[in-house]
Amino acid sequence: MAKYILQRVVMIFISLFIIVSATFFMMKAIPGDPLTSERSVSEEIEQQLRAYYGLDEPLFIQYVKYLKSVATWDFGPSMKYKAQTVNDIINDGFPVSALLGLEALFLAIGMGIILGVIAAMFHNKVPDYISMILAVIGMSVPNFLLAALFQYYFSLKLGILPTAGWGDSFEQTILPAFALAALPTAVIARLTRSNMLEVLQQDYMKTAKAKGLSRLVSTFKHALRNALLPVITYLGPLIAGVVTGGFVVEKIFGIPGLGMQFVTSINNRDYPLIMGTTVFYSIILLVMVLIVDLLYGVIDPRIKVSGKGKGGE
Amino acid sequence: MKKGIRKTSLLLLVFVLAFGTFLAACGGDEEENETTNEQTETENGTEETNNDETTDEGNMDSDLAEDQTLRLNLGEEPPTLDPALATDNSSGSVISNVLEGLTVLDKDGEPQNAMASDIQISDDKKTYTFTIREGATWTNGDPVTANDFAYAWKRVLDPSFPSDYASQLYPILNAQAVKAGEMSIDELGITVIDESTLEVKLENPTAYFLELTAFYTFLPVNEKAVSENGDVWANWTDDEGQFYVTNGPFKVASWDHQNKIILEKNDTYWDADSVKLQTVEMLMIADENTELTMFETGQLDWAGAPYSAIPTDVLPFKRDEGVLNTIPQVGIYWYKFNTSQPPFDNAKMRKAFAYTINRQMIVDNVSQGLQTPALGVLPETMELKAGGYFKDNDIETAKTLFNEALAEMNITADELPPITLSYNTSEGHKKIAEAIQDQWKQALGVDVSLQNTEWKVYLEDINNGNFQVARLGWIGDFNDPVTFLDLYKELGGNNDTRWYNEEYTTALANAAEEPDEAKRNEFLMQAEQILMDEMPIAPIYFSTQNWLQQPTVKGASLSALGSLKLKNVYKVNE
Repeated sequence: MAKYILQRVVMIFISLFIIVSATFFMMKAIPGDPLTSERSVSEEIEQQLRAYYGLDEPLFIQYVKYLKSVATWDFGPSMKYKAQTVNDIINDGFPVSALLGLEALFLAIGMGIILGVIAAMFHNKVPDYISMILAVIGMSVPNFLLAALFQYYFSLKLGILPTAGWGDSFEQTILPAFALAALPTAVIARLTRSNMLEVLQQDYMKTAKAKGLSRLVSTFKHALRNALLPVITYLGPLIAGVVTGGFVVEKIFGIPGLGMQFVTSINNRDYPLIMGTTVFYSIILLVMVLIVDLLYGVIDPRIKVSGKGKGGE
Repeated sequence: MKKGIRKTSLLLLVFVLAFGTFLAACGGDEEENETTNEQTETENGTEETNNDETTDEGNMDSDLAEDQTLRLNLGEEPPTLDPALATDNSSGSVISNVLEGLTVLDKDGEPQNAMASDIQISDDKKTYTFTIREGATWTNGDPVTANDFAYAWKRVLDPSFPSDYASQLYPILNAQAVKAGEMSIDELGITVIDESTLEVKLENPTAYFLELTAFYTFLPVNEKAVSENGDVWANWTDDEGQFYVTNGPFKVASWDHQNKIILEKNDTYWDADSVKLQTVEMLMIADENTELTMFETGQLDWAGAPYSAIPTDVLPFKRDEGVLNTIPQVGIYWYKFNTSQPPFDNAKMRKAFAYTINRQMIVDNVSQGLQTPALGVLPETMELKAGGYFKDNDIETAKTLFNEALAEMNITADELPPITLSYNTSEGHKKIAEAIQDQWKQALGVDVSLQNTEWKVYLEDINNGNFQVARLGWIGDFNDPVTFLDLYKELGGNNDTRWYNEEYTTALANAAEEPDEAKRNEFLMQAEQILMDEMPIAPIYFSTQNWLQQPTVKGASLSALGSLKLKNVYKVNE
């Protein structure tokens, strides 16, 4: 087990190195740089700015400097937000995104499993159809539309929830959390349903029924536990995704999270911020996948995590 | 079994609730029209109170609201609150309310004395002597002195200081040479005569210099605060902004990055008696529709210009309701021709394309923001020739010019090289490009293809001359023709068109050296005439600023340069 974890950690570092390098060279390959502006500055000023930000150095030197900044976890000041360092932006933005993401995750798991179980228990009956229609809506309606509808309905029409903003009250987090939860809810509901249906056909379910267990007990105690395994696989990337924030939801609800930075840093060609957010997101994603793989072995004793073979994913 | 049924019904309940939510959300769309109509009625009633900007001084005090808190939306995080580093509107919107320069611009764009209580201008208009207002202090208790200005300006012009906007200070004698590192900072045309007297020598008689002194790059900084803390003095990260020493009508009380800035009235400000607002909350919500919803629900007192924009599809409705405020902006939307490649290396060809455009139709039906068709390059706040230099949608002349151009180029219309019109990815630019593409097709029979690219890629393409016709805009920094005309004075910089004209450059050089205003205007008009004869750019429209404000907000006057002085704003009871 310890050897397995060690191996995976080494893999994580190798992956990170590849991600950092790829990001750096792709970022440099896109036309335009942080100084590209509608108002170009005079030549002497441009040279001074390039020198100040180290953009006049050879690409390889810049690459080494970036590697160093990643290794020491000090990305320096943002080129766009001159009042903040990249570390500040990540430290400020991540807790916000994470809080919202966990709320959404809680909602998604709760609602998704309930919908999925209902659908499977009433297979090919009305509740099944309704659950799956909801799941299709959750998957296909883009979250910016959902967010706008929530705002319109709950804020403008009913006036019961604040439209947007952050940090003043818990109410402000409700609409964005629901908007963020829609897609994962739908995915979880569908995953749960299909796995439940499969599990319900298994011989041990018939045994349970033959033993005289009630339908509810057998469903929740025997079927659900097995049916949730694929859901857990999905949770790894999902957690990484929701805790680092969603661009659209953060933009519409004016949330000072990391998801916005992730996208706008690329539009701004804010090199240090692009590197910082990418590396941060990669680490979270890789660690989450590892945790899920380990968790898998705990939940399903049939799966042995070991150095050989693939441990899930 | 009983327990089972209870659980099942609980599940069903949850499920019904969830379903109800979705149905409710889906149904919302149809009801939208009804609400809009309802609002029309209610908001029409308050129309008169909303539109008057002039203050009724007589009963002002009696109506003053208890809660003098203004809530507005900056639309984005200000990148910096350091005046020497600022290059954008959101930073400027905060900075210009917490720091005060030698002059401030009133709502007509005229400079008024601020930190300077007296300004003497020499006869050759090359030497300005400012007397600093007595009793003006910084928030740390220090008096504001001439040295604070000299220090701030020298800081910007230091070759090792990364200031994008340093060129704003170039009218000062030797400033450019100092910034380029060719001259010592001591040779800069700034002299601190005593604590309260600042003498500034200029390169040329610069007619708009007192407007410049109101611009944020010219704002003073407190030498002690900056020199002791270095460039992080305005950063607000570790020490909650204790170093951010200011001298304006407001002070920054808190800056929650990417979320909210709170300004408070500065009681030590020299003119504190005329400041009525106690608190200003500035949010940073990027989405225009969200901003509008927050305004409609009373969570914001202001929506739209100068900080953000009203969504285009809402503009006509708000205008019909009579609640939309619109004023001109010192800004232009234009198409630039690449004059280095055929067919737009031919002036007649450029003019044919420019004359064809139906600007009135575009502002009425496409952009819809009450913009004015641009038939020159100078917006109405600084226009030299009323009525412009050519006729809008002049298809007759355009066709003649088009045929003459083809003859000059020795080709037929079929042999015209393929033409591409470029714009940066955005719905608004796309609609305008499509309209103009159609107008060119109808009038000249030319097929033009459209191309859109992401903003920075787009700018790189234009810088590298990798375009034929490209849309750009320009917003003036100050209310003087050179803010537009100087763009085409030389190659490089923001010219983009690859167009250079000796006569044009001479006319502008003459204007720069001319102390007499009337004669100067003649030179400038001459330059604009040349620009319109040669047409390296096709002007489309002069921009406007559209905004909504709650009827309780009074005294707000937005200038054409896009700056809102919160100093004069106050709130009244409903």
